[in-house]
Amino acid sequence: MLTFTCPYCGVVAEESELTGGGEAHLKRFGPGSSDAEFEAYLFTRKNPKGVHFERWRHAYGCGKWFLAARDTNTLEVFGTYPAQTTEPPADLIAAIKNKRPGWEGWK
Amino acid sequence: MRRYSMFAVAREALRYHAGWERAWRSPEPKKRYDVVVVGAGGHGLATAYYLGKVHGITNVAVIEKGWLGGGNTGRNTTIIRSNYLQDASAAIFEKALQLYEGLSQDLNYNVMFSPRGLLMLAQSEHEMRGYKRTVYANALQGVQTEWISRERVKELVPIINLDGPRYPVLGALYQERGGTARHDAVAWGYARGCSAMGMDIIQQCEVTGIRTVNGKVQGIDTTKGAIDCGKLAMVVAGHSGVLAEMAGFRLPLESVALQAWVSEPIKPVIDVVVMANLVHCYISQSDKGELVLGGGIDHCNNFTQRGSWYTLEETTRALVETYPVVSRLKMLRQWGGIVDITGDHSPIISKAPVEGIFVDCGWGTGGFKAIPGSGWAMAELVAKGHSPLAEGFGLNRFREGRFIDESVAAGVAH
Repeated sequence: MLTFTCPYCGVVAEESELTGGGEAHLKRFGPGSSDAEFEAYLFTRKNPKGVHFERWRHAYGCGKWFLAARDTNTLEVFGTYPAQTTEPPADLIAAIKNKRPGWEGWK
Repeated sequence: MRRYSMFAVAREALRYHAGWERAWRSPEPKKRYDVVVVGAGGHGLATAYYLGKVHGITNVAVIEKGWLGGGNTGRNTTIIRSNYLQDASAAIFEKALQLYEGLSQDLNYNVMFSPRGLLMLAQSEHEMRGYKRTVYANALQGVQTEWISRERVKELVPIINLDGPRYPVLGALYQERGGTARHDAVAWGYARGCSAMGMDIIQQCEVTGIRTVNGKVQGIDTTKGAIDCGKLAMVVAGHSGVLAEMAGFRLPLESVALQAWVSEPIKPVIDVVVMANLVHCYISQSDKGELVLGGGIDHCNNFTQRGSWYTLEETTRALVETYPVVSRLKMLRQWGGIVDITGDHSPIISKAPVEGIFVDCGWGTGGFKAIPGSGWAMAELVAKGHSPLAEGFGLNRFREGRFIDESVAAGVAH
């Protein structure tokens, strides 16, 4: 079973306690942006077969949104971190690179 | 290709069935093909079949990384219906249903199409209104479907519990022509038809790269060597994004797991297909007597071909409440398929940003029923560069905001 540690309340939560929120670290494109940028922001997701950064909500717990790094091909969870950031923490990236030497990076 | 017939059965009966030939050849790839189709599932094989049959293009290879029909074609609950809400969807799914009706004869291969009738239960006021809207829309589109009362539901499905404590059954959307088919046979029948036209079906051959020159496709690199092609059709469902990345573009898709499972075989208890979109459970009974059960999609991206435990639990809960007889059954097998979901829950049949590449993907949770129609439209698009059936399903619809919104019409799963 997929489990995540909520970075806010510290509870180890099962998938049934959480709600998935899709790709993390999206940059918003709004008024003034090009059609291509706006389309990509709305619809074009990374959808990698491998390391993926995602939003999750501890819906049936503390209710907070947090972010997580997970492998979509093995369901291994590398770690979770608070949502108030525009990029993953450096130590998490280092840990993933250590486990997945061929990984091309988070961007 | 020797035709299957009663005479063939009689002939083989007299000589110990030693004369049956293999249904399709498994040749080594040639250096070049006019069209290479990636993905030997139902959609890919149907594309190749109609390319040959309707458009006379037979220098075609179908490349498959695993085994033929081993992806979502072999993993779904084989539901067939055409009563979709939007005009573009109703048109292509109705085309598919009409082709299914004559498919066994067309392919000379028994796909066991069984138009046993299909119900979609309405278990909330919203669902009831939604399905009635579908009935009116379908009437205008010329697609046969009807709204039936809860009493009629009980007549058609004696094992159903109409008065569940949470979600009582209020009625159903009923398509008498809907039903099921034997999923493997659909893939095998198309494969046999393709092979008979001289096409090469190459299994255990994974695409490792896509070669382009000046924005035009030249060929593909595979685990069995390089293959040149004039046109490339990508028909790989959940892995479409992986392939698109090799060609240097992205698709508006996310891949998630969708599960199904079957019970131990029992005597006939249900002779229609019943879907319940609110609680996410689908049920039908196979010819062997197994109850074929399905649920909703998981809530996160997944490439593992197995689903989440909680989805299984939720669907089982709904099943036991709706069909109490199920509570005493043992389950035999459970599996997952990787479905590719678009923003509007409608498929993509489109030219790709790279010249010569065409994509047929995004069928999400409802691809099996569409196989013949999807293949028909995709073949026309590849051969002629334009297909009326595929017109609404272009990639440009996301940029232009012309969605074919079936997520409201069909719920999460369809």
